[in-house]
Amino acid sequence: MLTVLAPGPLTTVQDRGRPGLAGIGVGRSGAADRAAAELANRLVGNAPGAAVLEATLGGLAVRADADLLVVTTGARCPGSPVHTAPGPLRAGATLALGTPPAGLRTYLAVRGGFAVAPVLGSRSTDVLAGLGPPVLRAGDVLPVGGDAGPFPAVDLAPGADPPGGEVTVRLLPGPRADWLTAAAREALAGPWTVTAESNRVGLRLTGPRLERAVDAELPSEGLVRGAVQVPPAGQPVLFLADAPVTGGYPVAGYVDDADVDRCAQLRPGQTLRLRR
Amino acid sequence: MRVLPSGSAALLVEVADLDAVLALHAALEADRPPGVVDLVPAARTVLLVVDPEVTSLDAVEAALRRVTPRPGGRADAGLVELPVVYDGADLADVAAHLGVAPEEVVARHADTEWTVAFSGFAPGFGYLTPAGGGWDVPRRPSPRTRVPAGAVAVAGGFTGVYPRESPGGWQLVGRTDVAVFDLARDPAALLRPGVRVRFVPC
Repeated sequence: MLTVLAPGPLTTVQDRGRPGLAGIGVGRSGAADRAAAELANRLVGNAPGAAVLEATLGGLAVRADADLLVVTTGARCPGSPVHTAPGPLRAGATLALGTPPAGLRTYLAVRGGFAVAPVLGSRSTDVLAGLGPPVLRAGDVLPVGGDAGPFPAVDLAPGADPPGGEVTVRLLPGPRADWLTAAAREALAGPWTVTAESNRVGLRLTGPRLERAVDAELPSEGLVRGAVQVPPAGQPVLFLADAPVTGGYPVAGYVDDADVDRCAQLRPGQTLRLRR
Repeated sequence: MRVLPSGSAALLVEVADLDAVLALHAALEADRPPGVVDLVPAARTVLLVVDPEVTSLDAVEAALRRVTPRPGGRADAGLVELPVVYDGADLADVAAHLGVAPEEVVARHADTEWTVAFSGFAPGFGYLTPAGGGWDVPRRPSPRTRVPAGAVAVAGGFTGVYPRESPGGWQLVGRTDVAVFDLARDPAALLRPGVRVRFVPC
């Protein structure tokens, strides 16, 4: 078991989410930076779908109640001696994440996975739908599962930390690009500034107002993470892990699925460019 | 049928109307192309959500074009009766849109057999279509920031029941005490696609 001493600004339990439940209006959810979560699991020998903790802007402090093998990935926090390099957290020892200098979300995996009760087949907290394990609070005790595979051959994963400053990702066509004026389609490339209203549902971006060529009401239609939606105010939303199943505003573009994880590491104030 | 791009992990298919959506969705459910992890039917579209590690968008589109829609292919998923107190704040506005008295709105709503066409907006929120028609009412000009759980509302030819307190732009006609989404129940969603619904005034 592992006890939460402090959750920081927001820590949730996440796995690979709830695919296949759109029929009852339930979205996918899951880790916002899927690659970082999967790397964490791999480094402690877990299955890729094991549940991990997703800390937002650090601040998470935990105490081991048994000898555990742990690792952190994603945003590199001061205070983690096990970042991308798994190591023991002995019974009674604590791990306290400071604030990362860059990046937003840090994943903490424990060998065996966090065995909190699943909801509709997943241990992911969906902050939009209000589904899944509750957001972590100080004093929570999290059970650790016993389901881990062989120890991994690698015990260190080199890789770039999430950057600060300006980030550029690939933009692909969306279904309703023609609802924007030609000038607005050009302007979609940015630069955009990530605002403080952003969360696991999506990045709310601010920049030049995108004018619409079509003023009609769009019947709601399905979307997935990566969708760049343009509400009437002309400031786009880039949907992330807890995207709704359907949306009623035109989706003008999509960030390449392989690049969406990087978007989930952007913090308010950072600049995002969308390159065609 | 128009196939619209939706990035690298989905395809959006646009068809003529809701009947065409349900026919295409029924065919895709019965014979789901490999690598399609979810199907999201809506009023005029079906989104195919694809696992890019398993298949390609080209392969999914090719499979999609081989599918023969199944008109009326959805199985009856049973009848649910929902007791409703018809005291919604928008009854008068709905009546004005339809050109009838508020009592007539209530009578029509309760006399109609509705069927869940698809879900969206929130877990357990079903879009119910009427047998017949005559419910073409617009959304509120400005959404409410807070609609209570159990609110029964109409908009855009549909009726629906809010599963939990949330913002909402539909016109409120009444309320029910029945929890339409309850994780302690299996299945959690009462109003699943194909379920027929009668609203019973109480």
